[in-house]
Amino acid sequence: MNVLEILFYALSVFALASAIMVLISKNPIHSVLWLILVFFAISGHYILLNAQFLAIVNIIVYAGAIMVLFLFVIMLINVKKDKEPQKQLFVKFIGVIAGGSLLTLLIALVKQTDSILGEKVLLKEGTIGLIHPLGKALFSDYVIPFEISSVLFLSAMVGAVLIGKK
Amino acid sequence: MTLLALDWAFLIEKLVLIVIIVFASLGIALYTTFGERKVAAILQDRPGPNRAGPFGLLQPLADGLKLIMKEEIIPNASSKWLFIIGPGLAMTASLMTCAVIPWGTAVHLFGRIIELQVADVNIGILYVFAVVSMGVYGIMIGGWASNNKLSLMSALRAASQAISYEIAMGLALIALLMTTGSLSLKTIVADQVTGHYWNIVYQPLGFLIFFICAMAECNRTPFDLPEAENELNFGYHQEYSSMKLGFYLFAEYVNMIMSSAIMACMYFGGYDLPFFDESTVAPNIAAMIGVGTLLIKIVLFIFLFMWIRWTIPRFRYDQLMNLGWKKMIPLALFNMLLTGALILSKL
Repeated sequence: MNVLEILFYALSVFALASAIMVLISKNPIHSVLWLILVFFAISGHYILLNAQFLAIVNIIVYAGAIMVLFLFVIMLINVKKDKEPQKQLFVKFIGVIAGGSLLTLLIALVKQTDSILGEKVLLKEGTIGLIHPLGKALFSDYVIPFEISSVLFLSAMVGAVLIGKK
Repeated sequence: MTLLALDWAFLIEKLVLIVIIVFASLGIALYTTFGERKVAAILQDRPGPNRAGPFGLLQPLADGLKLIMKEEIIPNASSKWLFIIGPGLAMTASLMTCAVIPWGTAVHLFGRIIELQVADVNIGILYVFAVVSMGVYGIMIGGWASNNKLSLMSALRAASQAISYEIAMGLALIALLMTTGSLSLKTIVADQVTGHYWNIVYQPLGFLIFFICAMAECNRTPFDLPEAENELNFGYHQEYSSMKLGFYLFAEYVNMIMSSAIMACMYFGGYDLPFFDESTVAPNIAAMIGVGTLLIKIVLFIFLFMWIRWTIPRFRYDQLMNLGWKKMIPLALFNMLLTGALILSKL
């Protein structure tokens, strides 16, 4: 095992353990904090793939902005453990079956795809994740999807302002 | 065995550099608290701390000792782990910024060329931005874990203030990046050393916006709404005592040093001493001159922060939000458009 592999396994364990803690934490605030750790682990994976820009944007947008708002809302409405409505056992059971089937389906799909079988991950290689190639690709090859998604963001912003004014 | 195929000398070099920078930052922060009290005293026409040691120079050490010796109190109803993590997180986030600041040109030592920068990542400024947005978690977690409604109110204020001013700060940064064409702080500083002018000449409005937003991010008066004692008793660190309180107070000063360093690097040429050609002296001496120049610039910025704190009274909360959303953001957008138009017309 070289250093990269050790880092990969350490980050994976960290990400999975934090993700499990998100699910089993009773307190919603603790769940949010564990979720932030998951984002950090994923950003670590991005850095291993030499996608520094993606890694840092993941932290700024998800861990830095969206999660702060999550925390904000949960702190403001002050969810209490005993006040939270408890779901029936039956509902939980159905949820596990539905989630399990989706997971099986996804794994089956991944196993069938030929295009990613036998491909090696580009660890510390490839420059698409760096800021110059990424910017060039976004504004030349993918300029129409990029512009359309920015219009989508703009309309979402206008919508938020309109709702906020009511 | 490839497991330990690391460049150990490189690792040790970086480790030593990190230790020096962290302790130097803490030392400067210690004396910034002293400077703050002295500046306040001068502005208010009184002597200030002058009993401990010559000119009161031992005062910060006495203050630190006092904080450490105080009794640790963890409230019964608090979430204990988060209560302890909060101040640690605030301190860590404020110290992490120093990793990408170029403190000077390279030094030649023991036959090695040692860069006076811990990491030259090609997304330097975005890294600073990410760390700044992490800083608010220390305050939020501490305020919530205290289980005190005034602390919680103050933590929420801090978070909304930080998010609001981050937007204008980012927009001001984009205009700067349009002129520099690089996100690496090292390249930005090097361009200013070799170029004719510092970036402040190209981006005066951007600097003004960035400076105001940095003040808001550091929770300095007139933006210290999270610590408004007449509304919130003391703020998010109300339940804290001993060194945990010290960490929160100290983190504010470290933040101030780091934002001064960032502003010096981005707008005021970093380690560049004006009207002086560094290539005429030996590289080690040039590096030392560079570090000294950067430190002087940082001290000047800190003095500016203090001057403003003891001159302007605190805003009201709605005034703060109006300034952030209705003045700073449109102004930053205008600055961005103007920069874009100027760059286009030059092409």
